[in-house]
Amino acid sequence: MLRLLQIEFIKLWNNKSSKFLILCYFGLLVSIALFASIKFNIGPIRFHLAEMGIFSFPYIWHFNTFIAALFKLFLAIIIVSMVANEYSNKTLKQNLIDGLSKKEFILSKFLTVLAFSAISTLFIFVVSLLLGLSFSDFNEVGIIFRDLEYLIAYFIKLVGFFSFCLFVGILIKRSAFALGFLFMWFIIAEIFPYIYLMSKYSKEFADKVFAFSPFGSMWNLIAEPFTRLNAVKSIASQVGEEVNRDFAVHWYELLIVLGWTSIFIFLSYYLLKKRDL
Amino acid sequence: MENILTINNLTKKFGALTAVKDLSFTIKKGNVYGILGPNGSGKSTTLGIVLNVVNSTSGSFTWFDGNTSTHQALKKVGAIIERPNFYPYMTAEQNLKLVCKIKEVSDHKIDEKLETVGLLDRKNSKFKTFSLGMKQRLAIASALLNDPEILILDEPTNGLDPQGIHQIREIIKKIAAKGTTILLASHLLDEVEKVCSHVVIIRKGVKLYSGPVDDMNKSFGFFELKSEQKSALLIWLSKQNTFKDFKEEEDNKITAFLAQELDAESLNRQLFEEGIVLTHLVKRKESLEEQFLQLTNNLN
Repeated sequence: MLRLLQIEFIKLWNNKSSKFLILCYFGLLVSIALFASIKFNIGPIRFHLAEMGIFSFPYIWHFNTFIAALFKLFLAIIIVSMVANEYSNKTLKQNLIDGLSKKEFILSKFLTVLAFSAISTLFIFVVSLLLGLSFSDFNEVGIIFRDLEYLIAYFIKLVGFFSFCLFVGILIKRSAFALGFLFMWFIIAEIFPYIYLMSKYSKEFADKVFAFSPFGSMWNLIAEPFTRLNAVKSIASQVGEEVNRDFAVHWYELLIVLGWTSIFIFLSYYLLKKRDL
Repeated sequence: MENILTINNLTKKFGALTAVKDLSFTIKKGNVYGILGPNGSGKSTTLGIVLNVVNSTSGSFTWFDGNTSTHQALKKVGAIIERPNFYPYMTAEQNLKLVCKIKEVSDHKIDEKLETVGLLDRKNSKFKTFSLGMKQRLAIASALLNDPEILILDEPTNGLDPQGIHQIREIIKKIAAKGTTILLASHLLDEVEKVCSHVVIIRKGVKLYSGPVDDMNKSFGFFELKSEQKSALLIWLSKQNTFKDFKEEEDNKITAFLAQELDAESLNRQLFEEGIVLTHLVKRKESLEEQFLQLTNNLN
């Protein structure tokens, strides 16, 4: 297993653009800390984001994983190209000839996906912990380590999304087209039908259906955190809107994403096995 | 002798096209094999199947008497298929390190193998900066990293300049001299003739012959004859059953194909006794190319 990870590491780390993108990604994760410095004064109103409670435990786990998950698009480029380039350089063929089995090939890519997701989760854990410790109003251990299920959801969300990228990379074989396909899938297979269902039936019905789609299920894992903020809540109640959402991470949502993950990995293997190179 | 590769009734269909049809042959340890065939005869497809990159439609193959799985067996094989495929952004050394990881061998032989193919001084250059000849040589170095039981080369000199072709052939000869089993696929017959002891000939996916080069055609050779008494010679030849066929070439030369063993001395004596004096007498064996053409044409 370590050998497969090392193989993938050699391939990625010697590639300047992959290296650049990986460093950029982790740089972006750290940049979440920059939210802390958002301050502006509008006349008498002083606005300091860090003091709005976004860095308070345990809310910070929710907020940071939600924001950090948006950056995964960066790594998507790497995942897609690390698969598609094997086709365009024909190195996949050479790898197999050299004695890598097709199973090992898929496994080495999937392990890389797991490694990226794990490192990213660890990263976000450390960044959030440090931010929380410096800005949170509550610093009791019991509160700090509450709601850590958001980190699990974050990890699963990344694994699911990258597995989708992996599969599309193998399916399309060209990085640019594969990224295009992901985008088209997002718009045509998920956004448009969602809007259609929403307008024809109801938002609840559309939500139910798309809880089972690849992107929909990943999106559901971590609910948007903004309406949970006290400041936002109080503004909402002033305009007469009662915010009463379910922000929790549910086991069945995790299960759906894990289901997609296994489907994508299995299909990748199946495609590779069936194809002549 | 130990079997390295056994192929049984292998068939590959690409849609309506049958690229390989019911092909069987065995590669034994220590020999140098050539797979001969015109372009598109199924050579590369066959190699692709045994190298785990093409799925067969039916039939089977086993490496090393079937004692290991295909991908484990391939770690003991060195193979170069058509074009050299490496990561363009990595240096020669980095690429070879990766191959070592895949083959699960230690990387201390990298320098030695780069030396063998004359690329040691370029080991820190990126693969994309290499010329085709250098890429091909790097591919050979990579195939040798595990000191393979068998080296498979598919058209190794394709697209190279004369100097490059020469370098590759010298390397192959050097490797063959060490006793490594080699399987060389090519449509260049002189290439095969120079290094191979055994041949497998395929055309349109069908095996025409497999065995030692010398037994390929049950041929006794042919004579090239010239004489001032050409018509008498032709009449005499037509009466003999030692010759199965003869034909006149444009430069008054007559080529006579033997149907049984006959040496030049006795032919000369016989003709002289008939009163026919020769001005030119040469006995020759068909070259591999001539044999190959005969074999492939016979089936047309």
